[in-house]
Amino acid sequence: MLAEFGYGVLVLSFIVTIYSGVAAVFGVRKKSASLIESARRAQLLSFPLISISSLALIYLLVNNHFEVTFVYEVTSLSMPTYLKITAWWGGQAGSMLFWSWLLAAFTSLVTLRKWDRDIEFLPWVIVVSAITLAFFLFMIVFYENPFSRYWLVAGNVVESMFKPTIEAIIFTPENGRGLNPLLRHPGMIIHPPMLYLGFVAYVIPFAFAIAALITGRTDDRWTRITRRWSLWAWLFLSFGLVLGGRWAYDVLGWGGYWGWDPVEIAAFMPWLTGTAFLHSVMIQEKRGMLKQWNMVLIILTYALVIFGTFLTRSGVLSSVHSFANSPIGPYFMGFVSFTLIASVYLLIRRWNDLRSETEMKSALSREALFLLNNLLFISILVVCFWGVIYPLISELVTGFKVTVGPPYYERAAGPLFAGLLFLMAVAPFSAWGHSTLQTLGKAIWKSTLASFILTVILFFTYTQNLYAIIGFFLVALAIFATLHEFWRGTIARQKTQNENFFTALSKLMMRNRRRYGGYIIHISMALMAIGILGIELFQKETQGTVAAGESLNVGDYTVEYRELASWDVPSDDVNYTRAVVDIYENGIYLGQLYPRIDYFYDAEQTMTIPGQRSTFRDDLYILLVDWQPVSNAGATFKIYVNPLVNWLWIGSLLFLFGIIFAAWPEKETEKEKVRVAKSVTQTSAAD
Amino acid sequence: MKHKKLKFIFILAFLLTIISTQFAYAQDDVPTDDEVNEVAKGLYCPVCENTPLDVCPTEACKQWRDVIRTQLAEGKTKEEIEQYFVDYYGDRVLAEPPRTGLNWLVYILPPAVILLGAVLLFKNFQAWTKPKVAESVSNQERSDVLSSSKGDSSSANKYISQLEEELKKRN
Amino acid sequence: MSEIVERKSVPIWIQMVVWLLIAGLLALVASTLSKRQQGSIRPGDTLPDFSLTLFSGYEFEGQSEVSLSDFSGKIVVLNFWASWCKPCEQEAAELEEAWKFYNGDVMFLGADYVDTEPEARTYLKKFQITYPNGPDLRTELSQMFRITGVPETYFIDQQGVLYYVKVGPFVSLDEIKSIIEQKLQ
Repeated sequence: MLAEFGYGVLVLSFIVTIYSGVAAVFGVRKKSASLIESARRAQLLSFPLISISSLALIYLLVNNHFEVTFVYEVTSLSMPTYLKITAWWGGQAGSMLFWSWLLAAFTSLVTLRKWDRDIEFLPWVIVVSAITLAFFLFMIVFYENPFSRYWLVAGNVVESMFKPTIEAIIFTPENGRGLNPLLRHPGMIIHPPMLYLGFVAYVIPFAFAIAALITGRTDDRWTRITRRWSLWAWLFLSFGLVLGGRWAYDVLGWGGYWGWDPVEIAAFMPWLTGTAFLHSVMIQEKRGMLKQWNMVLIILTYALVIFGTFLTRSGVLSSVHSFANSPIGPYFMGFVSFTLIASVYLLIRRWNDLRSETEMKSALSREALFLLNNLLFISILVVCFWGVIYPLISELVTGFKVTVGPPYYERAAGPLFAGLLFLMAVAPFSAWGHSTLQTLGKAIWKSTLASFILTVILFFTYTQNLYAIIGFFLVALAIFATLHEFWRGTIARQKTQNENFFTALSKLMMRNRRRYGGYIIHISMALMAIGILGIELFQKETQGTVAAGESLNVGDYTVEYRELASWDVPSDDVNYTRAVVDIYENGIYLGQLYPRIDYFYDAEQTMTIPGQRSTFRDDLYILLVDWQPVSNAGATFKIYVNPLVNWLWIGSLLFLFGIIFAAWPEKETEKEKVRVAKSVTQTSAAD
Repeated sequence: MKHKKLKFIFILAFLLTIISTQFAYAQDDVPTDDEVNEVAKGLYCPVCENTPLDVCPTEACKQWRDVIRTQLAEGKTKEEIEQYFVDYYGDRVLAEPPRTGLNWLVYILPPAVILLGAVLLFKNFQAWTKPKVAESVSNQERSDVLSSSKGDSSSANKYISQLEEELKKRN
Repeated sequence: MSEIVERKSVPIWIQMVVWLLIAGLLALVASTLSKRQQGSIRPGDTLPDFSLTLFSGYEFEGQSEVSLSDFSGKIVVLNFWASWCKPCEQEAAELEEAWKFYNGDVMFLGADYVDTEPEARTYLKKFQITYPNGPDLRTELSQMFRITGVPETYFIDQQGVLYYVKVGPFVSLDEIKSIIEQKLQ
């Protein structure tokens, strides 16, 4: 009953969404404000409708309604309730519903804003998001229905939404297959929704960009309105990527966090263009330049979001991440083509109106450096895109598959990332408009000297590896230069405003959240670079089979195998095999680690959980690869020493702080405070 | 004299032990897991696409690692083993396409596109910036940055005022 | 990034290049998609001639390599398997029985997909398989048939036309026989 209800509401939301798009177009055509208002209300209605439908699905998930195909596929009796809820996005159909729900929520948020100054954008923003939403709802309603059920027809089990024949009865399996155990990790529970949040949030700036192209209002209004949206979108996307890395590190058991898997890259590509956009849009705001380029970037970002989603869900790319082959491929393909062609057409038509307002004055001005930054990001995009696309070309032309793997990406992207680090060091010191090599050099020499000294120290104490030396120098330069910029600003304020150091620093940052939030992000990126350099260049590993009491050596560490136990936990339907190892560093006892292998009976899958010991210097990462079940005598371990990798996670946390700092609403909060204060006084007066 | 001779014998003995242990090592016919993984790292099994062989958990990949072990024991080099896998299972087992025929596109296209982008950007710079400024910049590039700094005291004030101005603009 | 300085409308040739690139990309992805969607090649397709190198001990009349064209006029049953594949074991004995039953009137070929020779030989011995078997060298055969996994079995009629595809293991000897009988005169 509830399944039919959920499906019915879903169909209703599909119809409402189509109506809102159509009404908006006709409203503009007929210049009818009431029709546009009607479109707006229809749009606002889609969110509660999809929410109700989602709640119905969650109810089915939580209450083990295995007659529903989707529930059967992603849950099982032994799963705890919170996992049953998060199973909402654990499979194709549910995750598409989740996507739609987010999109409806975001669009509603935008629709509710005050439109007085830019009412001409409203119908087109509704149209763009309605088309996207309608497409996803179309897929769910007709092809990936999370509410379809199993029916017993003449002894056979068939899958159908409605009663296939008159005598058919509902078939309820006793237990579900359960969520893929790899997806039961906390990182994996948040990783997909974070990515989806990022993906979906980019629809909003795109919708405004398209609205600007259609209406011909080509000033920077659209970028100003969507500034915070693109920041939040970027936040979620970045955080989703980092969480994915952490998940891979903790669960996949290959001692790394990033494997240059095509599907990872598919999520990374919109991040690249999104980052480029974040920078270049500032030039447009400050200098009225690059309007055309910003349009290109936001269209690319949106196209890559849709393209990435398509690649993951259609089975075009095969990888650990992809969903199984599904019928939605051709429709998705059609949608990708439509959005790409339509937006490029609009862009070309408006090209002439998007001219720059000012000229560039100096090749070393901040805007010039921003352009270089864009060039580097786009270059990384080219490398990634080509790496993903080439195997398809090869398969098509020669008929044979090839692998384009990590060596290709690392070689090609390494120098480009180094270039970005260098730009991060230089950029704060260049001024808008113009600066010369002289002013730049004067500003940066102190940081350069400090970094140089640090690098020399590292050379004698830590590493002689050339790449590492270059990398650490650039990291140090970026950090010192950025800190120096904080210092200079604070001192300047201290002098002019007569404040003490900390007041000056905090006021400086508070008054210019985006700028200093951006610098914090730069520092965090440099910290993350330390982790990446460490694991890429200095990772040590060894593997061996040892009997109890024997030990393996890697680097300064000694790992001694103590014992192993294997037991079932029937309530969770899992078997745990846990090894106990003592670890020593240069002969000094450090403690015990417990690498284990979990076997999930319901999903027939194993999961390798490493024993980890993290320090700022390095991570000891021990995997239990294999063991002899009978004698308990021998076990095979794979041990990694991952130097400096912790800085990657430390950098991620700082990054999160920086971006929230930058994206935090400033004036809005004050207004709200006033409003809250008012309402408080009012209620108290009523008392 | 005697001392020297002793030293010589000592060194000789030392060298001999080293050589003999090396020999013993080479004859040791069971390659270690590390040696196997070293080769496996660069190989990709078609059964689990995009996962390197050294960490792939499937049964097929275990067998592949055993093949590597056997071949290492036979004294084959990393390249020979890779070639064996290519002959048996195709180019897709390699982490990168071999540099032949159409595959050159993998290595040529990205740098070419990036170069094109850089050239276009540079040309646009020239078009944007007034020729005079561009010239003075290129002149300065040749001169030493640190030594040619003049008028420091004024530039510090300039920075402060500029920063303040930028901060004001944004509020 | 050339677009940045364009002062006039976009020149026609740039528009052309942009559209061509987009069309090319979409065509590429679409054709890959359609390939993936098709799954394996379909019944009704006439197969191009292919050859299979055979394991020593599993040759066909002394030949160490056989081609489809060697068997024109006969039904050919091409089975993809691997020693690491558990479901393959369910059908191994039945395939051998069917081969013996038709006694050479129907050609059985085994293509060993992504496997290693020692394990493959153990597997063949374990199930006492005698019909010609060989490795799927360079995974060319499996890529040509676009197999979706192992086991998969392809039935090719006397004219070299594919007429039946079985994905997954056979449940019984009768199932194999009934598929063969469809085309056996």
